[in-house]
Amino acid sequence: MSSCQTDRTVPPSCGRWATLRLGQIAFQRHFDRHGFRSTCACVCGRSDMAACGKGLDKFMFSLRLLRNLQLQNERFLSTSVCRLAVGGSSEQPPKFTPPSKPVIVDKTQTVASTRSHLSPEFIPPRQRTNPFKFYIERKDMIRRRKVLNIPEFYAGSILAVTMADPNASGKMNRFVGICIQRGGHGLGATFVLRNIIDNQGVEICYELYSPRIQQIEVLKLEKRLDDNLMYLRDALPEYCTVDPDMKPEPISPTGEVPVNKLKVRMRPKPWSKRWERPKFNIQGIRFDRSLTPEQMEHAQKWAQPWREYDMLKEYDTSKLEEQILSEVQREMSK
Amino acid sequence: MALSQLSRSLTGLFVETSSVIHQRTFSVTAVAAAIQKMTRVRVVDNSPLGTTPYHRAPRVIHVYTKNGIGKVGDRVLLAIKGQKKKALIVGHKMPGDRMTPRFDSNNVVLIEDNGNPTGTRIKVPIPTHLRKMDGDYSKVLAIASSFV
Repeated sequence: MSSCQTDRTVPPSCGRWATLRLGQIAFQRHFDRHGFRSTCACVCGRSDMAACGKGLDKFMFSLRLLRNLQLQNERFLSTSVCRLAVGGSSEQPPKFTPPSKPVIVDKTQTVASTRSHLSPEFIPPRQRTNPFKFYIERKDMIRRRKVLNIPEFYAGSILAVTMADPNASGKMNRFVGICIQRGGHGLGATFVLRNIIDNQGVEICYELYSPRIQQIEVLKLEKRLDDNLMYLRDALPEYCTVDPDMKPEPISPTGEVPVNKLKVRMRPKPWSKRWERPKFNIQGIRFDRSLTPEQMEHAQKWAQPWREYDMLKEYDTSKLEEQILSEVQREMSK
Repeated sequence: MALSQLSRSLTGLFVETSSVIHQRTFSVTAVAAAIQKMTRVRVVDNSPLGTTPYHRAPRVIHVYTKNGIGKVGDRVLLAIKGQKKKALIVGHKMPGDRMTPRFDSNNVVLIEDNGNPTGTRIKVPIPTHLRKMDGDYSKVLAIASSFV
């Protein structure tokens, strides 16, 4: 009951605010020590408030007292401030209400995507192989996907892959990079990550369904103007430099995947391939910075504009895609 | 006098226009093959022989394998600054197995005849599957700064 006595010793001339605070503190301390025996403290506070007067020096004294109390009571600032106004206005003894629990929204947490999306390796190539082979492979792929979360990503997304490596320290190897290519069908599907570490370009080709892969994180989900970004090998190094400690950016679970309309600048010319040729159909290179208009026109010599009218090369996968998507969703929900 | 100034300004103009589209017409590195004889390589340790600028790039003049093709972990003989020097391959442009890194240049580390590295630090990441040959090259792995 020590705090009750300190309340008594404060002269009645201290300000209304200070007495209220004192009553609150007393209440708080009682609650901390004795649980529900806090009513007497509330009564103390009310009696002081009734006999309030003026006097600045007394007020200062009470403030000093408050500071002492604050040193004793750690929870002073955390709980008593906001409920002060309520107690003072309604003239009722302040009823203890526990503080509302803070809602922590972790924006770094990736949300499960709700858009229906079929990974491109599910679509079988156009050939005369028995479709049963692809059906069996799909079953195995779904079994793997039930164990390992393989997120949706595209060429141009930034991924972090953790794989088991018997030679690495800690038997784990994490690599962060920009996905420059997705390839392969069925269980042999691959993707290539590229990054520049210590001014040395490094690429790793991962097998999507390899048992060595332990985790695939999408740090930034976006598309680029092209489906194949192999030209980043010949681009300036800043376009494929990714910070290995990058935090994942929040992904909107619905809606379209954003398209990054970035056009890269290239290194001077001998490139690994002649990207200006029409067969690559590259949109994401600023050719005007590295080639003259004559060279661009010269590259059109290899154009084959009749190819798009070749009906034997048509492969319309839209119906097949719907069918496989429904099959995969049915199997995954089992 | 005026003529010389004019010519200087003209050459300056010419240099500026040529720097906009600056290109070599020939490639100086083997495209995508593992390391064989006459391959130009990049020395990635800090040994004085490898870090001094060169007029001729270091070339492989012999590969100590049965088939003459060097991969990561193979030893080669280099012609570097007029000397013969042994080196260890620590990365090449040709893609190897899946899940192993592929580098943008053909990297080697200079070693003595007994296998000890000449330099004291390797500046670029080293593939982890070089550790399978830990017994022979543990001193090379010890001076590596990072693995990938």
